[in-house]
Amino acid sequence: MTAVTETHAAELGRARLRKEDAKLITGQTRWTDNIRQPGMLHMAFLRSPYAHAKIKNVDVSGALGQPGVVAAFSGADLADEQGSLPCAWPVTPDIVIPPHPPMAVDEVRYVGEAVAAVVARNRYEAADALALIDVDYEPLPPVLDMRTALDDGSPRVHEAGNKCYEWVFGNGDIDAAFRDAPVVLERTYRQQRLIPCAMEPRATVAAWVGDEVTLWSSTQIPHVVRFALAAFFAIPEQNIRVIAPDVGGGFGSKLQFTAEEVLSVLVSRRVGKPVKWTESRSEGNMSVHHGRDQWQTIKIAADRDGRIRGLSVDLLADMGAYLMLVTPGIPLLGAFMYNAIYKMDAYSFRCTGIFTTKMPTDAYRGAGRPEATFAIERIVDELAVELGMEPLELRERNWIKHEEFPYTTIAGLTYDSGNYEAATAKAKELFDYDGLRREQSERNARGDTVRLGIGISTFTEMCGLAPSRVLGSLSYGAGGWEYAAIRMLPTGKVEVVTGSSAHGQGHETAWSQIVADQLGVPFEDIRVLHGDTQIAPKGMDTYGSRSLAVGGLALVGACDKVVAKAKVIAAAMLEASPDDLEWSPGRFSVRGDPEAAKTIQEIALATFAAHDLPDGVEASLDSDHTYDPENFSFPHGTHLCAVEVDTQTGFVQIRSYVAVDDVGVVVNPLIVEGQVHGGIAQGIAQALYEEGVYDDSGNLVTTTLADYLVPSAADLPSFTTERTRSPANNRLGVKGVGEAGTIASTPAVVNAIVDALRPLGVRDITMPCTPERVWRAIQAADTNGGAA
Amino acid sequence: MTHITVTVDGVRYEDQVEPRLLLVHYLRDVVGKTGTPVGCDTSNCGACTVLMDGVSVKSCSVLAVQADGSDVTTIEGLANGELHPVQRAFHEEHALQCGYCTPGMIMAAADLLRDNPHPTEAEIRDGLEGNLCRCTGYENIVRAVKRAAEAGVAP
Repeated sequence: MTAVTETHAAELGRARLRKEDAKLITGQTRWTDNIRQPGMLHMAFLRSPYAHAKIKNVDVSGALGQPGVVAAFSGADLADEQGSLPCAWPVTPDIVIPPHPPMAVDEVRYVGEAVAAVVARNRYEAADALALIDVDYEPLPPVLDMRTALDDGSPRVHEAGNKCYEWVFGNGDIDAAFRDAPVVLERTYRQQRLIPCAMEPRATVAAWVGDEVTLWSSTQIPHVVRFALAAFFAIPEQNIRVIAPDVGGGFGSKLQFTAEEVLSVLVSRRVGKPVKWTESRSEGNMSVHHGRDQWQTIKIAADRDGRIRGLSVDLLADMGAYLMLVTPGIPLLGAFMYNAIYKMDAYSFRCTGIFTTKMPTDAYRGAGRPEATFAIERIVDELAVELGMEPLELRERNWIKHEEFPYTTIAGLTYDSGNYEAATAKAKELFDYDGLRREQSERNARGDTVRLGIGISTFTEMCGLAPSRVLGSLSYGAGGWEYAAIRMLPTGKVEVVTGSSAHGQGHETAWSQIVADQLGVPFEDIRVLHGDTQIAPKGMDTYGSRSLAVGGLALVGACDKVVAKAKVIAAAMLEASPDDLEWSPGRFSVRGDPEAAKTIQEIALATFAAHDLPDGVEASLDSDHTYDPENFSFPHGTHLCAVEVDTQTGFVQIRSYVAVDDVGVVVNPLIVEGQVHGGIAQGIAQALYEEGVYDDSGNLVTTTLADYLVPSAADLPSFTTERTRSPANNRLGVKGVGEAGTIASTPAVVNAIVDALRPLGVRDITMPCTPERVWRAIQAADTNGGAA
Repeated sequence: MTHITVTVDGVRYEDQVEPRLLLVHYLRDVVGKTGTPVGCDTSNCGACTVLMDGVSVKSCSVLAVQADGSDVTTIEGLANGELHPVQRAFHEEHALQCGYCTPGMIMAAADLLRDNPHPTEAEIRDGLEGNLCRCTGYENIVRAVKRAAEAGVAP
């Protein structure tokens, strides 16, 4: 960390208000749907109403000739150039990767798959003309339940069958761990299908000039999109510019290379005009990749004193109808996390990826890790009940003690830092854990109709995706580095280029703070540039809580190089040897003569003038750096949730929620707190409200925000957040925070609900825990005499 | 086509519009007020909230022809030389992340405070129920509205 000096007050840890806000609170925004180009046309897609059907014919002639309609295309019309959307993560050598044309040609495999496009003068005319396209479908049986999709006689999503892959992993002697174990529990949990619902619907604008194309897209990954267009669609990479302008949230849903991006580019080339496409929310719910959707069978073996011996996990993961960018790898990100913060002798993991006739799944906030955390934290609670132990004591009995770090887990990851004792102690105190437990016993004793439940989640996650070597060993199609560049302007101001493409995270503010400390320049003098491949030419973009833990370290590397270059020039200016110079943020001075000094701004101006540079020294301080992390980072924390469950209505009210997170060193506490709040809300949403539902015919019935219940302010409690700090083993000591809340909160809430209802015999409730489901679980437990 | 006269952020516009044109598309595509975004198609999300004759409406649920003769204020016209107290409070309380819901949230909050200058936390949460945010968990939005209330919002 940079030392505090008289001339530069450290920025790290300051609650700086965000640079991003000024435009966002006044409406001066550049969402993709705000982009206009000369002569721009609008595209709309006709989408399949069938979950599974042969396409016998598509007749677009009805649309042509309608007012304002310029062109219309079927999948067959584009067949010779539309190719197949890539999957970047072939997780096993024998994985089945079916062809995935951006627009369906012969067969549709989910409701919402694009089958035709209209290009018209405006969005109303394009939408009108869709109704006049005639598609002749021959319906085929849908495949809707991954638990029966591998049965003999099941209809097939693809010719190759419904099994995509089977991936196994393990360490230790799992048979020995379970053999003769005094306690073995097995549970099956459902991770329901979720729809990400970033507030900004996706949009694209594609514009060709000669053989160069610019694509504006509401994406988290402009660099990956550029690479994919070049690598898979035969457009020379140097002719492609991808711009992610202001992007209104992603949560993984915009970590995608989409059919619509490809079709915008191809159709714009066909019609010779810029083409815009903006989805409606209903269209997006059908055709933006979904998240989660797994069945988890988890088995735990323990000794009577509570020591965990082993853990075995068997997943079914719904891929949906096709493999998108990282579809098959998402459940496997959880493979390393089921063991969580606990020590054990053996671990085994198996995941079977299965095709169904539904929207493909892919990354959604947490991506594999929330699923893992949910299952382990749920079953640890069940184990505590089985053993008659206090659930926090059982956890402490098994977790890695703070003096044991660095610790290599049974899943093979080396956790560099952590202090679960400290986070838990702080959370218990803020929550008044003992007081609430007392109240709970009293209310249970008197048979209160509104029950109090206490839910615990002591979680960790792997962030900072990722060491490139590790990604390579997992057959991932790219590296995990990040890029940064520093441009020292003649007047001493600084442009910071980052390959990390932000969409709400506050990079412009946080990156300014980091660079201000590294170079000793004022926060206000720094401008952060991102999200345009012509301005930020390299990058791996923003997902997996990687921006700070990888991109932030790239900034530090680039600043080092600026300082090293400046040192040579400062030495010449001061007529001293570089070895005699001392750097304190913002200035070089001659050792023993602090008056003899040059500021970084003076050095920048002298470098620009270049009149008196030493021989062989280039006239530039600009530097860039590509940082590849050596390890993941491991934020952790203890979240505690108290719920009031009305046993007569099934209604769950969150009474209090305490989150103590250890994200290492904090750059900006305001931003960290905001990320935790939003993350908790998204995890609560999974626990209580949200589910993407297909009916028996494979129709998505949750296409609108009236059916898919993204919670409002009235549905959520106020959160109490605090932090503990065990710095990560990197130069900033940072870990990442984007997903922590989401990973932690879902099991905290469900554990609380089950805890409230356990005296009534309830042992589990399938998410989302709607009033109806809670009420039914109570009734079922009652009927079964507590043996539900 | 129907002739309408609408004042938007203090400027009078006369246009011929299709009767089916939504007010939000009129504002964005005809008048150029792209500060007001669209977040859904069922009037659930509130991102497109504007003030019509001083009262908040979801501009995706109003036809442009219904705004004939009205005075519309969008997020772009809320600041009057300096930021509106609600805008300032959103900045100071970090009540936005991606910012997509923010224009609608600010307009709805301004209307809420006009109705009820000193709301409780529960009244703020209920009052903003029609505006969805996916980033903040609403914690800081509630704090911002409280702060704006304390600062006093001019009616």
